[in-house]
Amino acid sequence: MKKIVQKHPLAIRWFHWINFPVLAIMIWSGLLIYWANDIYRLGWGNTTVLKFFPDSFNKAFNIPFRLAEGMSFHFVFMWLFFFNGLLYVGYLFFSGEWKLIFPNKKSLKESWQVVLHDLHIRKGVPPQKKYNAAQRIAYTAVIFMGMGSLLTGLAIYKPVQFKTLCALLGGYEWARIEHFTLTILFSLFFVVHIVQVLLAGWNNFRGMVAGFEVVADAKHLTPFEEIPADTPIDDSPKNM
Amino acid sequence: MVNDQEKIVSSKYIRNRTITSFALFFLLIVAGLFSWRWLTHQPEDNSVPRPLRAVLNGNEKFFTNFIYSPSNVSRTYSPTYAAPKVRVNGDDGMGEDFDVTAWKLQVVRSPGDTLFISLDEIKSLPKTDITFDFKCIEGWSQVTHWAGVKFSDFVKKYNLTSECAMQYVGLNTPDKKYYVGIDTRSILQPQTILCYEMNGKPLPMNQGYPLRLIIPVKYGIKHLKRIGTIFFSNSKPKDYWYERGYDYYAGL
Repeated sequence: MKKIVQKHPLAIRWFHWINFPVLAIMIWSGLLIYWANDIYRLGWGNTTVLKFFPDSFNKAFNIPFRLAEGMSFHFVFMWLFFFNGLLYVGYLFFSGEWKLIFPNKKSLKESWQVVLHDLHIRKGVPPQKKYNAAQRIAYTAVIFMGMGSLLTGLAIYKPVQFKTLCALLGGYEWARIEHFTLTILFSLFFVVHIVQVLLAGWNNFRGMVAGFEVVADAKHLTPFEEIPADTPIDDSPKNM
Repeated sequence: MVNDQEKIVSSKYIRNRTITSFALFFLLIVAGLFSWRWLTHQPEDNSVPRPLRAVLNGNEKFFTNFIYSPSNVSRTYSPTYAAPKVRVNGDDGMGEDFDVTAWKLQVVRSPGDTLFISLDEIKSLPKTDITFDFKCIEGWSQVTHWAGVKFSDFVKKYNLTSECAMQYVGLNTPDKKYYVGIDTRSILQPQTILCYEMNGKPLPMNQGYPLRLIIPVKYGIKHLKRIGTIFFSNSKPKDYWYERGYDYYAGL
C-alpha cells in the first residue's frame, strides 16, 4: 500500500498543457516577425557580445523571409494565449490555489536556501507546501510575464488605439524591446523548468499529467509537510 | 494537519491510474499534432491558410467595431524631431515610365464618372502638416514630417461624402502595379493626408511625387506612393500585400 496525494487539479493540468504548445507557437511566430527588423544585441559601442539572432540560429530554424506567415499565426494564437491565461488566473483566484503559488513573507529568504540546496551547497530544504519558495517566486513571475507580454504586445499591435498604454510602456520602440525581452525570459524560464523537471523525476512529472503524486510507502504515514527536511524517503515530494 | 486529498491505495491502483492518464495525454498530443498538420495544410486564402485568414478577418471586425475610434489619434511631434534622412522602403508601382507632366489625380466617383484633379488644384486646398512616428510592418519606425491636404477636407471640397458612405476606399499607382484598400472609417480619420511635401519640400520622386497617402493609423504598406486613382467600394479593393499574406486591415 502507498499513500498518494492529489497534487495538480485537472484544470491546472489543462491550462498548463494547452499553454505549452500555444506559447511555443507564439515564440516561433514572434521570431518570424522579429527577423524583419532584427536590431537587438547585447553589447556596447561597436562591441557585440550576442546578436539577436546569429545567422546560424535563423538558418537552423528556417526563420528568414516569413514575416507575413509569422504575423498571421501570431495574431490568431494570441487569442488562445490570452483566453487560456485569463481562465488560468481566474481559476487560481476562485479555487484559492493562488495561496499555494504566490510568494509569502518567508519566500524571499527561503528561495535562497532552495537555490543553495539545488546547487548541493546546503543540505535540506526549508519545509514547504505544494511549491517551495523558489517555485512560488518563479511561477508567480511567469504569470506576470504573461500579462506583460499581452500588454506590451497590445501596445505594439495597436499603438494608436492604445496610445496611453504605449506611452506608459515608454513608447512604441520601448514596448517592442520589452516584448522581446519577455520572450527571452520565457525561453530562459523554459530551460530552467525543463532541467528542474528532469532532476525532480518521474513522480513529479506524473503529477502534472495524472494529477497525483506518491507521497510515501504506507509505513511512513506522516503528512509530508511534517517530515523533517533531511529525512531520506523514496518518492519524496521534491517538486518542480 | 491531515490533507483530505490524501489516499492510501494499492500499487495496482497507482499503475492503472498512471496508464490511463498517460494514454489520454498521448492521445491529446497526437490530436494536437494532427490539428497543426490540418491547419497548415488548409487551402489558402490570399497566401494564408483559410482558418487563419478567417480569424484575421475577424480581428479586423473586432478592432474596427469595438476598439477603433477616429478620436484616437497618432501621437504627434514637433517637426524638429523629424528625421532629415527619411527611410525609403519599396518601389512597387514606381516604374521609370511615368509622365509627371501628364499626371492628374483620378477620382472615380462611380464607373464612368471620373474627376481629374491637378496638383495645383490640390495645393490650393487648406494645407495640413503632421509629424508622427511612421511605422513599418517590418517593425521599425521613424519620426517624419509630411504636409498636404487632409483627406476629409478633400472629400468635402469635391463632394465625395456620399461615396464615402461606402465601406472601402481603393488607391492605385498610375501603372496599377501597387494598390491598396483601406476601410473608409480609417481613411477619414483626421490625420490622413493626401501628401505633397516632406520636410517642408516637394515630395521626392522616391517618396511618391507628386502625391502620396499618409495615414498614421495604418502601417506603411498602406501609405501608397504616387497616387494615380482613388475609388470607392463596398467590397474589399485589391490590396498588394494582402495578396501576399498580410493582414488586410493593417491598422495601428
